[in-house]
Amino acid sequence: MSSLGPTFGRGAMTNSWTDIRNTDLVLVMGGNAAEAHPCGFKWVTEAKAERGAKLMVVDPRFTRSAAVADHYAPIRPGTDVAFLSGVVNYLLSNDKIHKEYVRHYTNAAYLVKEGYAFNEGFFSGYDESKATYDRSSWEYEIGADGYAVRDMTLEHPRSVFQLMKKHFAVYTPEMVSRVSGTPQDRFLKVCDWIASTANGERAMTIMYALGWTQHSHGAQNIRSAAMIQLLCGNIGVPGGGVNALRGHSNVQGITDVGTLTAAIPGYLNLPAENEPTLESHLGKRTFKPLQANQTSYWQNYRKFYVSFLKSFYGTKATPENNFGYDWLPKLDVAYDCLRMFDLINQGKTNVLICQGFNPLMAIADSNKSAAGLAKLKLLVSIDPIETDTARFWENHGEFNNVDPAKIQTEVFMLPVTSFAEESGSLTNSSRCISWKWQAADPYHDSRTDVVILADLFNRIRKAYETQGGKGAEPLLAVDWSYKNPAEPSADELLKELNGKALVDLKDAGGKVTRQAGSQLASFGEMRDDGSTDGAMWIYTGVYGPAGNLSQRRDNADPSGLGVYGNWGFSWPANRRIQYNRASADPEGKPWSERKKYMFWNGERWTGPDVPDYVPTIPPSQATGPFIMNPEGVSRLWVRGLMADGPFPVHYEPFESPVTNPVFPKLKGNPAARIFQRDRPSFGDAKEFPIVATTYRLVEHFHYWTKGVHMNAVVQPEFFVEMSEQLAAEKGIKHGGWVRVWSKRGSVKGKAVVTKRLKPLTIDGRTVHTVGLPLNFGFIGVARKANPINGLTPPVGDANSQTPEYKAFLVNVEPIVGPVA
Amino acid sequence: MFPAIPNPTTDKSNARFGEKDMIRRSASTITPPAKRQTEVAKLIDVSKCIGCKACQTACLEWNQLTEEVGVNVGVYDNPHDLTANSWTLMRYTEYENPESGNLEWLIRKDGCMHCEDPGCLKACPSPGAIVQYSNGIVDFVKENCIGCGYCIKGCPFNIPRISRADHKAYKCTLCSDRVAVGQGPACQKACPTQAIVFGTKDEMKAWAAKRIADLKSRGFAKAGLYDPPGVQGTHVMYVLHHADKPQLYAGLAENPRISPIVEAWKGVGKYAGLALIGLTAAAGVIHHLLQGPNRVTSEDEENAEKLAGGKS
Repeated sequence: MSSLGPTFGRGAMTNSWTDIRNTDLVLVMGGNAAEAHPCGFKWVTEAKAERGAKLMVVDPRFTRSAAVADHYAPIRPGTDVAFLSGVVNYLLSNDKIHKEYVRHYTNAAYLVKEGYAFNEGFFSGYDESKATYDRSSWEYEIGADGYAVRDMTLEHPRSVFQLMKKHFAVYTPEMVSRVSGTPQDRFLKVCDWIASTANGERAMTIMYALGWTQHSHGAQNIRSAAMIQLLCGNIGVPGGGVNALRGHSNVQGITDVGTLTAAIPGYLNLPAENEPTLESHLGKRTFKPLQANQTSYWQNYRKFYVSFLKSFYGTKATPENNFGYDWLPKLDVAYDCLRMFDLINQGKTNVLICQGFNPLMAIADSNKSAAGLAKLKLLVSIDPIETDTARFWENHGEFNNVDPAKIQTEVFMLPVTSFAEESGSLTNSSRCISWKWQAADPYHDSRTDVVILADLFNRIRKAYETQGGKGAEPLLAVDWSYKNPAEPSADELLKELNGKALVDLKDAGGKVTRQAGSQLASFGEMRDDGSTDGAMWIYTGVYGPAGNLSQRRDNADPSGLGVYGNWGFSWPANRRIQYNRASADPEGKPWSERKKYMFWNGERWTGPDVPDYVPTIPPSQATGPFIMNPEGVSRLWVRGLMADGPFPVHYEPFESPVTNPVFPKLKGNPAARIFQRDRPSFGDAKEFPIVATTYRLVEHFHYWTKGVHMNAVVQPEFFVEMSEQLAAEKGIKHGGWVRVWSKRGSVKGKAVVTKRLKPLTIDGRTVHTVGLPLNFGFIGVARKANPINGLTPPVGDANSQTPEYKAFLVNVEPIVGPVA
Repeated sequence: MFPAIPNPTTDKSNARFGEKDMIRRSASTITPPAKRQTEVAKLIDVSKCIGCKACQTACLEWNQLTEEVGVNVGVYDNPHDLTANSWTLMRYTEYENPESGNLEWLIRKDGCMHCEDPGCLKACPSPGAIVQYSNGIVDFVKENCIGCGYCIKGCPFNIPRISRADHKAYKCTLCSDRVAVGQGPACQKACPTQAIVFGTKDEMKAWAAKRIADLKSRGFAKAGLYDPPGVQGTHVMYVLHHADKPQLYAGLAENPRISPIVEAWKGVGKYAGLALIGLTAAAGVIHHLLQGPNRVTSEDEENAEKLAGGKS
């Protein structure tokens, strides 16, 4: 999400699941859709069967996705940027790009100001002592008219296009093979197939998931993929897109409502410490257009922000008190999970509430997590199932070897209803909000999450009301005017996210357009004067005057393009393919009949979808299709919007078997998130020569289903996947026991010796990879196992802080198994 | 996309087939109905299968079966073989194609093929333990099963398994209970990629032809339908990328046919056997008439008590 936003404007899957059936070519990389998203994967098999689409899989392992692919290319874990940059270089140096798209719909023509430099892997502005970049030299040259300067011939040496050519030239097929271990012929076939879509006649979709995000340079992996799609003109068109597949049925919804520590709902920001006033916060974000006639939709940021504050603080939010801005916490640093456990270990946090979260299993470096849990005063687990975290204090032999007598943490388990036992909405990867109705009675005395949190809130508030206390004011100011304060209903909450008019809204002529108390039909109605509320602007419209549209179940598809516009409600504004104005050329005509989608009919934008554009702006006005960006175009160059550079660079994983073959001076992402205290916990290739990667299995759902009998039957036990060559080298028997250990921990399991993993030749030497499925633990009915994250390193991505679960170093040896 | 089978009504409806539609009954002579029902079939398209095992769990759920939590033995196949509770199983084979140089991961859903000429039924000595309906479904009738295991010997695909709990034989029923109300089998319903489709046998053949054309266009020159003539065709068929080498798919029978021993047993052997049984019975009667009944002596009683350690 922290790369799609800077590139396109919004951080979410660009197309929809059902649109994948319109594709001509699928690249599954940085994910294993058949395994992790088997139901959505049907649109891939459908495109193959019905359209003759081709499927390519690039993965360290020959996966279940690869089992149905037309082409497979192996890759060393953690080298996706090198691979994808090689594709970018192939497209640019062979002139296989969709030139008109690149010229008009990306910032290829923009000039970067003087002073930008790139040397031996470092961009200008690096401060080694802070391990951060000063990003000021990564901005555009601004002309006398206040707009960014462009060269539409793309020939200026400081144009993004020319800088790109220079930047990516190093990633030749030879270099890709040296770094990634991908045989050149397999790599070039991928390039060739991708290039076949750079024309407006054909489209490629890219499907990825945590295989790209869970790296110290995860956001740049996705950036590289986004650039390829832009060079081919595959964004905004049916069958195209960069499609981020989310790991839970509602993880998109979780991201939307802003459970990230630095966000409030709808991708607005929590105030930072250096933004003491509302104006100081809004001023930085109300982006003015960088070209004439651009939409630059974030100009409306203040309307969304004020509506959020009105929703949060109700009548207590007034223009006089900046709508309650002062009550919001001001963020000093990001409190992601790595920092959370670091603080717990330092004794600075002593209460942890886990709601649907199993951090002992889920966070990198489990031993650090376990040590932290033992330092807590209080641990609360709000969960429908018993988690390993909630039982961290219990001795499970070698799988959780703790001494309960030495652990003083008090643990509460609050049983909560599961998804089928409550009504509410889910938002899937396609950004589609779908209502679901309660299907079963709650198990025993479990309560819903909402009831538990409301209870907690009401009790804490009451304690502050009666006893007073430090910082009580923000808590007392919160608007909690639900029909039943003890039990806000899902219906009320969705209405609240949507927002309503607080007074009669009038147009310029004084005519009432929306009556006081009426739900808003669109975020276009939101105002910054406190006359509207709405806790999450992007969802506005889902529960407008016409009622709860997430309950729509019309599967009519008149265009035959899988739009399903009357099924649920897809944010923003029920658009199914984002940036869909880009499916037409600058004159408003479809790029081809084959890919016809949204087009200008002489009077307005029309087509099977809701235009992602002001429907009446004529093509002559040259308003760009990427309306969120002040440029109006997408960004091949992301300016200062990402912490680790305006272009991707191949960084080795923090634990790597080789010196960076492209930039030998670079040791990992120079801006990655790492705590100095953790540095000693990293191993080197001498002691740990084998690369390891972790992943999920289709038979299980994260750490949940190891407690479900049926899932345990079809995949009962932890295992370690390795090549026949590595097994032979180490004397490991097929199905025999092995131990795998890193600098941080050790696990044991059964060896699955397979042809699906092959040693790769990296920079002249043989590198082995082992695969470690993560779904097992010490609680449940599947066979007990050590938490796999006992091995993984505590380093996070520079932008998203996501830990590097997908590439680290281990060693392996055969062992005698336990006596059964 | 193959058209979805609509959900059944909640109203009570009559079963679409039953006893009157039986065309074969083990160890019995029956008069088949004058008119056969349209033959049904399940088509398993190996080239679309992602090995997710949804079919396996759907089978366990629909049939209310409980399988044991096993162990990993170095492969993805779990359980490791069909059992009295696991009537279907994904079998995974890694194959390095010498022609293309590509690795292929062949994933085949194993289970009863519902042969048109069912070896299990022919081998079964118990009247009515195995029946075949005119739509092609071969079903086991638990109440009549004597647990002899002859059906396993008779099956050219090694499918039925005897339960250790009740000593009866079990295998896939093609969800005869679901088909009876117009539904497809549970595995088909659960399959996310339509690697399993269900319909009339003719529909399935036509659908397979389309899939085979697609596979041929992708370089699988020998793609084809597996509907083996040795058992007069099956009501579970496969689309294979390498139809010329079915044994690649975890040893799928190349040319399955009923074992000659079973054929002989059901032919000449049956009558010879019956004659032998008759003769043995006659010999017993004669022996009784000549020697009288056996008597237990007091010495026998003492020895028996010693053996039981005085605990009887």
